[in-house]
Amino acid sequence: MWNLLQIELFKISKRPRTYIAFAAIAAIVFIFQFAFKADGQSYMNLMLQSVKDSFEFERTKAINGYFMCYIILNTLLVQLPILVALIAADSISGEANMGTLRLLITKPISRTQLILVKFAAATIFTILLLVWMAIISLFFSLLIFGADDMLIFRSKGDESQILLISQDDVMWRYLAAFAYATVALTVIAALSLFLSIFADNSIGPIIATVCIVLVCTIISNINVPIIDKNVRPFLFTSYLVGWKGFFYIATTEDGVPIKGSVENWAAIRNSLSILLLHIGVLLGASVFIFRKKDILS
Amino acid sequence: MNLLRFGLVLIAMVSIIVVKAQENVNALIQKVNAKIEKVNDYTAEGKMKTKVVFLKVPVSAVKIYFKKPNRLKIKNEKGISFVPKGAVSINISNIVNGEKYTALDAGMDKIGNTAVRVVKLLPTDDNADIVLSTIYIDEANLLIKKAKTTTRENGSYELEMTYGKYSAYGLPDKIIFTFNTKEYKLPKGITFDFDDGESAKSNIPRGLNKNKGQAEIIFDSYIINKGVSDAVF
Repeated sequence: MWNLLQIELFKISKRPRTYIAFAAIAAIVFIFQFAFKADGQSYMNLMLQSVKDSFEFERTKAINGYFMCYIILNTLLVQLPILVALIAADSISGEANMGTLRLLITKPISRTQLILVKFAAATIFTILLLVWMAIISLFFSLLIFGADDMLIFRSKGDESQILLISQDDVMWRYLAAFAYATVALTVIAALSLFLSIFADNSIGPIIATVCIVLVCTIISNINVPIIDKNVRPFLFTSYLVGWKGFFYIATTEDGVPIKGSVENWAAIRNSLSILLLHIGVLLGASVFIFRKKDILS
Repeated sequence: MNLLRFGLVLIAMVSIIVVKAQENVNALIQKVNAKIEKVNDYTAEGKMKTKVVFLKVPVSAVKIYFKKPNRLKIKNEKGISFVPKGAVSINISNIVNGEKYTALDAGMDKIGNTAVRVVKLLPTDDNADIVLSTIYIDEANLLIKKAKTTTRENGSYELEMTYGKYSAYGLPDKIIFTFNTKEYKLPKGITFDFDDGESAKSNIPRGLNKNKGQAEIIFDSYIINKGVSDAVF
């Protein structure tokens, strides 16, 4: 099993498209960092336009490494599923396309093992992608912009809020957020793997994954009460942004943030459970279908 | 005829009383002012707690710099702080000495167990930003316990002060500064927030409403009349 995983990881590392994902992330992050270094004040003015007449605060301090990473994650974690799909959707369909799938399953390994190894390889790729993202969006941003307290702009129902988290209370939240994002993106990897079982080339499952993610994301954010109540809770895309829950700090009755706290642990646990359930169901379905699949290519 | 005479006497008496009261109030303000005037500058250290509906910020350690006549700066030495723009009126001399005014005696009141003289200050300059200030003076100790200010451009402010070891200089140990705020609204569709299933409970801090904010500063120490660099401001 370990050997098989090493082979899968070797195959992934040899594909040029693997590095497209890393390069794309680096390009987007660097563009963000450059833009905010050049004119981050404009963004801050936009976010604070309705309070800038009432309060004075140091805008330059507010645009710091922690804040930058949050902005980058906010933007990129919506796009990242596409990059995960590039690799994971190729898992089975890529073998079928090259005609190596039949050869592969003649080896003395079970089809279940094969699927699990493919899934493990896609998960490791996802983790590496997020580690890369953490390095350049968090640590590079800290190097470029420095560290300070972190501002979070949040809409909660009809209300908007500004949360301020002390800088010594931020890092653990990022570790938790990246761990959560790993689970969230693993759902995409499981979905792509599942779809790749039905195709003989990679393009179909990649496009299908992207379409599913896009449609579900749009439905998740459509803000129509009937959909919010009856459809949204059942879409995995509603939980992809659950990592933000770690930055919604709990407050006292006077509105003072409580260090080390999270406003709604139950919601994060619930979201995480739903995502893990999706992974289980998709992986189980992949194993079940692949075991019964008539391999013709 | 007798009635007319009585009326004139009454008017004359009331006028004398009013003029006398006016003189008393002016004298009282002069005394309070003289006490405040002893402070040319100060650097104070303290803790600031900001209570605003949309703002969730921790209690921050701040340094407050003051220099005559009315320069005041609140700085958070570590981290980010939101300082209400009208906080310059935390400097009391800005109210009683800032602009020319007519002082009117509005009687006595009580703040806690302390009897206070209520004085209304009406600026004589029609274009002044301050429209009306009401100050509550502890006559025995010559301390301003409370001040309410209505401005033309920047809403209304209220200051409540508690005094301790620096009362000889008219400097408070604690200030509660209440100010007007606008509703905060984020531009639509740019935050992609995590909906945790909880409706937005209006968690308005105690004693406030949606349009009011409060900054509470507890002063730990003052360094008085030792000089403050202009670069601070």
